[in-house]
Amino acid sequence: MKDVREALMVGRNSEGKLVRRPLSPHLQAYNMVRISSGLSIMHRITGVALGAGTLLFTAWLVCAAAGDGAFSVIQAIYASPIGLLILFGFTLALFFHFCNGIRHLGWDAGKGFDLPVMHRTGQLVIAATIVLTLAFWVIAFLVG
Amino acid sequence: MAEFTLPANSKVGKGTTYKAPAGATRIKEFEVYRWNPDDGKNPVMDTYEVDLDKCGPMVLDAIVKIKNEIDASLTFRRSCREGICGSCAMNIDGANTLACLKPIDEVKGTVKINPLPHMPVVKDLVPDLSQPYAQLRSIEPWLQADTPPPPDAERLQSKEERAEIDGLWECILCFCCSTSCPSYWWNGDRYLGPAVLLQAYRWIADSRDEATGKRLDALEDPFKLYRCHTIMNCTQSCPKGLNPAKAIGKIKQLMLERQG
Repeated sequence: MKDVREALMVGRNSEGKLVRRPLSPHLQAYNMVRISSGLSIMHRITGVALGAGTLLFTAWLVCAAAGDGAFSVIQAIYASPIGLLILFGFTLALFFHFCNGIRHLGWDAGKGFDLPVMHRTGQLVIAATIVLTLAFWVIAFLVG
Repeated sequence: MAEFTLPANSKVGKGTTYKAPAGATRIKEFEVYRWNPDDGKNPVMDTYEVDLDKCGPMVLDAIVKIKNEIDASLTFRRSCREGICGSCAMNIDGANTLACLKPIDEVKGTVKINPLPHMPVVKDLVPDLSQPYAQLRSIEPWLQADTPPPPDAERLQSKEERAEIDGLWECILCFCCSTSCPSYWWNGDRYLGPAVLLQAYRWIADSRDEATGKRLDALEDPFKLYRCHTIMNCTQSCPKGLNPAKAIGKIKQLMLERQG
């Protein structure tokens, strides 16, 4: 569907001739690194990352079902430094998306819209994400 | 569709620097978006040095001073200079607000001034607001009732009923919120945006209005209402301290409740 706003991108100059108007700067001018839009963008990105990460998990399950050979290969890949880094990123995305998802549930229930509350819950989400992710990996290494 | 970069004709170049006169005591730099429909060029950022010791406290004071004393071609909207007309809405220091309510001292370093984001530019800091105005018209922002008013009196409200529209009627339609919203940037052709949705809720919440069902029907649409993803830029930018995100949340709740 064509964007109806396209019609407004044409204006007239002082002589009455048609000229193409510029679009004013948006991402280029707006400060997006703030609790409001920053966490919203992170929610999108982590959502996409979780989609991709779930494929990794599926691959692990498929290899486990395929037999010892395939399973030991994928175990070795995931236990390598790069594999561990990717898994760490996956858990980070998971805990962030989970915590911020609860924040969204609150909004859907009509709670937490006031600016000070919005800022506090946002900071809480960041803190909880870090704590949960670190706790997960400490426990993972302790258990082996 | 989301288009993260600016079209070729909208890319912003470097403009002219206007130095402060000799003897200026407290110089502040203002970088202002300029586009002239008559010269066929891309927009640029002009830099003006302003002596704050000879200037009022607000950003609007500075751009009025620039227009009066440095560059008369600078174009912007302004009227009341006290935050009630909504004309001087613009993007200052990375956020939308009213130039007349924004103290210069709140900005560290250079004060960057752009028109309201993701809008067609008429000239310099003047955006074309036809789209949000047309959207406001579409939600029929006036009282609708089949019941006639009492013959010799106004339609009365209790104090509680009147309180329901507090935080809604104060909106001055400056569109700082709508143009701060990434959803409105990408889908503003069909998404109504926070300012218009706050107005829609203002009539839904009004005890004298009897068209609530019709109003909700009109908003039951994947784009008009539900492109709001609670990004919260709207509430953060509102120069009147209103909460469009909350109003939109209330409309979404009413939609759910009436589904039973």
